Amino acid sequence: MKVVTANRLLDGEVVWLGADKNWVGDLSRAQILETKDDLAAAMVTAGQAIADRQVVEAYDVDVVLEDGRLTPKRLRERIRAAGPTILPDLGKQARAATA
Amino acid sequence: MYRYDEFDQGFVTQRTDQFRDQVRRRLAGELTEEEFKPLRLMNGLYLQLHAYMLRVAIPYGTLNSRQMRKLAHIARTYDKGYGHFTTRQNIQFNWPKLSDVPAILEELAEVEMHAIQTSGNCIRNVTADHFAGAAADEIADPRPYAEILRQWSSLHPEFSFLPRKFKIAITGAPNDRAAVQVHDIGLQLTRNGAGEIGFTVFVGGGLGRTPMIGRKVRDFLPEEDLLAYSEAILRVYNRYGRRDNKYKARIKILVHETGLDELKADIEAEFEKIRFGVLRLPDDEVRRIEAYFAPPPLEVLPAVSAAVETRKATDAAFAQFVAHNLNPHRVPGHASVTVSMKPIGGIPGDASDRQMEAVADLAERYGHDEIRISHEQNVILPHVRLDDLPALYDRLVEHGLAEGNAGLITDIIACPGMDYCALATARSIPVAQEISERFGRPERQAEIGDLKIKISGCINACGHHHVGHIGILGLEKKGEEFYQITLGGSASENASIGEIVGRGFSAETVVDAVETLVDTYLSLRSGSDETFLDTYRRLGEEPFKEALYGTA
Repeated sequence: MKVVTANRLLDGEVVWLGADKNWVGDLSRAQILETKDDLAAAMVTAGQAIADRQVVEAYDVDVVLEDGRLTPKRLRERIRAAGPTILPDLGKQARAATA
Repeated sequence: MYRYDEFDQGFVTQRTDQFRDQVRRRLAGELTEEEFKPLRLMNGLYLQLHAYMLRVAIPYGTLNSRQMRKLAHIARTYDKGYGHFTTRQNIQFNWPKLSDVPAILEELAEVEMHAIQTSGNCIRNVTADHFAGAAADEIADPRPYAEILRQWSSLHPEFSFLPRKFKIAITGAPNDRAAVQVHDIGLQLTRNGAGEIGFTVFVGGGLGRTPMIGRKVRDFLPEEDLLAYSEAILRVYNRYGRRDNKYKARIKILVHETGLDELKADIEAEFEKIRFGVLRLPDDEVRRIEAYFAPPPLEVLPAVSAAVETRKATDAAFAQFVAHNLNPHRVPGHASVTVSMKPIGGIPGDASDRQMEAVADLAERYGHDEIRISHEQNVILPHVRLDDLPALYDRLVEHGLAEGNAGLITDIIACPGMDYCALATARSIPVAQEISERFGRPERQAEIGDLKIKISGCINACGHHHVGHIGILGLEKKGEEFYQITLGGSASENASIGEIVGRGFSAETVVDAVETLVDTYLSLRSGSDETFLDTYRRLGEEPFKEALYGTA
């Protein structure tokens, strides 16, 4: 299982490719890519978004479902999805906490 | 302090306008990311794990209260209320928006600051002893020369596209607090037999993936030849440095692969061609720049302050602060004060906007408006009257800046690591926090004495772990964070690269390992005067290996 991630050009925010070719700031709303073809199509969409100056540096991330929640396999991507581990009041993790 | 003249101000303003237009063109689609990335890097703007990161230059780590307040304002207005002081005396903001960066640069330009050449394959911030102009052991203030090098290296047309980054450091004292021997060019101020000022020149030092101690290429370079000789080194590097492999592109590799004698000969040959040209430093020009760094008027006062002694007798924390956070000053009755940015359990080198404002106020009130940032991620007030220490200390306490741990085990240097950095393979800050808490008791810290722990979150070594007395390198093994320990590194004038002690440790066990090393040191030292480093150098790694791993 994979998702595609990038950073928004304008503000550097970490985003993931969502279901309708939108870029979402919450991993739970990312489009899950099950097959190689799904991934290839998503990377084409990402390439277009880069050309359209929405995002930069798109790549794919391995994810798993953990307690029903999409979680990246790699620690680096888990940190990237949440925020600095030493400042729980900053980044996406803080928004999630107050949501 | 150096003030921009009209050329500098024009230069910075032009550069800001240029970058604003580059951002505009990027957002309008006239520049691709491939075209834009090297341009934004030349203005110190990185893309990191969570966001962009802007690295603002603090030339030779020197700034005044007005500039510090501007940094506080930027942290508050454009970022999340804090900044991070780096191991090259700069400051980093972790959350700027690209769309705001032109405005940030414009604000910085108002106080003669910028982010030029804090990234990219060019000459970076020239760093210097953070006690420059104040230290009792100083031969001369290195900062005028750092300023001359800064002017020479800024937008140097020949050296804007080097094989790789290039870092220069300069010390004015024989006790090297600027780590000159692990820089691409290291300069040590010295005097010759006739008492004339000049430099011992080291080339090819560096950390990163292939740490190396710099090789001496000149025992004595006369003052007037500083720029011509530096230019000669850069020309040889630019010409012969490798461009085929990013990991073999620094000058240290060129020294290693060419051989010192041949490289020295190349440098001297180039130098001979240019030494009497435009780069020769006229004496009056050096003296003119020196005048900008003229020390503030400091009254000669008694070497011992009654106010300090009285307070020490009744306040153990103050006594600890005085014992560790003061550096001897040229002028009796004064000291250079280290304001520790390493609160127990805190994030090394981070400062909130309020703390930055507090430092600015204190510098104005008690410090002749001078502030320094050290490459060990602390803030220094270089010129403080001893009599003012009790009042200054009380203000520091209010802002959580009064930890008396300069140079002690909790004065840890740590890179941002995988909490922030896209290059990292492990986190470094949580390890620093845990070590700090484990050894946080003042008595324990004082008992252990001088011990520099340096932590890097990847092999790029931005935390300078190779030159830590205890160095910790964070790696990834089977998807887990994994820490390798090195021992016996030092960035002083007796520089050494730390030696890997053995198998690495998990995040759960690395702090226990550090404690084992500390306890081993305490049990083996010849006396409380023998530091960890000296004990290690006397005994070698065997007893420490034994303690960590047992008999093989």
